[in-house]
Amino acid sequence: MDAATAAPLHPVAREALLAALDDGWADPARLYAAGRRAQQLSEAATAAFAESLGVRPDEVSLWPSGTVAAQAAVLGALGGRARQGDTLVHSAIEHSAVLHAARRGQAVEVGVDREGRLDLDAWDAAVSTPGVALAALISASHEVGTEQPVAAAAGYCDEAGVPLFVDAAQSVGRAPVPPGWSLLSASAHKWGGPPGVGVLIVRKGVRWISPFPQDDLYRPGVSGALDLPAVVAAAASLRAVLSEAQTEAVRLSALVDRIRERVAATVPDVEVVGDPVNRLPHLVTFSCLYVDGEALLHALDRAGFAVSSGSSCTASTLRPSHVLEAMGVLSHGNVRISLHRGTSEDEVERFLAVLPKIVEEIRKEAGM
Amino acid sequence: MIELDCRGEKCPLPVIHLAKKIKDLEIGETVRVLADDPAAANDIPAWCRMKDQEYLGSPGPNAFDVRRVS
Repeated sequence: MDAATAAPLHPVAREALLAALDDGWADPARLYAAGRRAQQLSEAATAAFAESLGVRPDEVSLWPSGTVAAQAAVLGALGGRARQGDTLVHSAIEHSAVLHAARRGQAVEVGVDREGRLDLDAWDAAVSTPGVALAALISASHEVGTEQPVAAAAGYCDEAGVPLFVDAAQSVGRAPVPPGWSLLSASAHKWGGPPGVGVLIVRKGVRWISPFPQDDLYRPGVSGALDLPAVVAAAASLRAVLSEAQTEAVRLSALVDRIRERVAATVPDVEVVGDPVNRLPHLVTFSCLYVDGEALLHALDRAGFAVSSGSSCTASTLRPSHVLEAMGVLSHGNVRISLHRGTSEDEVERFLAVLPKIVEEIRKEAGM
Repeated sequence: MIELDCRGEKCPLPVIHLAKKIKDLEIGETVRVLADDPAAANDIPAWCRMKDQEYLGSPGPNAFDVRRVS
């Protein structure tokens, strides 16, 4: 139940990966037969991504992870707009990949409300300020699932002449991303593709300069060899995932509704966070008062459930999640559940059956 | 003012101790929680909202004032 970190490999990805291992080992830049075969695979994968994402093939570039793709988007677009300004405007709930890139230069953070939705008035004011080079908005919160007003945010960026980067890692393959953006990134292992494949779309006319040393600084793309079999598997699985996305979204969204209702009803002193309606279909987050997040994760793991947490005790930084902080909601005792095509109704029912007891026991141990 | 020293404690301990302490307060009385866990600044106001108590703000670093109102 942690698909928002990485979903299990889709069967189509597995099939494509195995098939591509034989033909995809060579360097596509070489002119001999094996190189040409690899080049064909690479072009076919790029064309498949373009079709799936509704863009031109020459707008697609592939990177060694979603994180690298997001950072290439931010740093490359900032580089391309250096003459217009040096400031990045971003929401307070971006993925840490974007926040890390933001620390390279000037950045202005725009807050969110209690449900984790962008403050559009503050966004409008921030992007309209002179000296803004780029704006970054996550498509939907990776921690609480709330969908962001991408179309409206893109409208304000357009009026201000500022390109918008959308980190769509949680949405691609699950929910449509509104148009209007200039750059978009995604990550294959979030939709059931293999790990180690990030996708970056840079629309035509958007100036991008590589933050990395490479031959052609103006053409987005990684220097060095990509994992081509993984790229092929990522492209094939995205197509397969999109063909079943609507059905899966309905199924998973109903399970998320069930989790939201039952957790609130069966666990005392719990806060189910994020927008209950305008949200990702597969993701739900709640926090339990007086509960140590790490203890909760371990207890759920012993019961056979893999979940994620935004509590400080579970973070490498020992700080609470910046997303929960920005929303002003409880950060301890936090659990994020994210479902995938392999998650069954039975599994969700088992989870809902064991959770109240587990929380009760941890509270009892703490004297509550 | 009543003071509750939770410095050195990791979350959720400061909130657990606050929840126990609040029962000793009369309605309208205030407690100052001292806590240096980075989650306290977020979780003490969140607790007040969830448990219908009044968060009065942070008078200084690692200090949080809470008034019992229910």
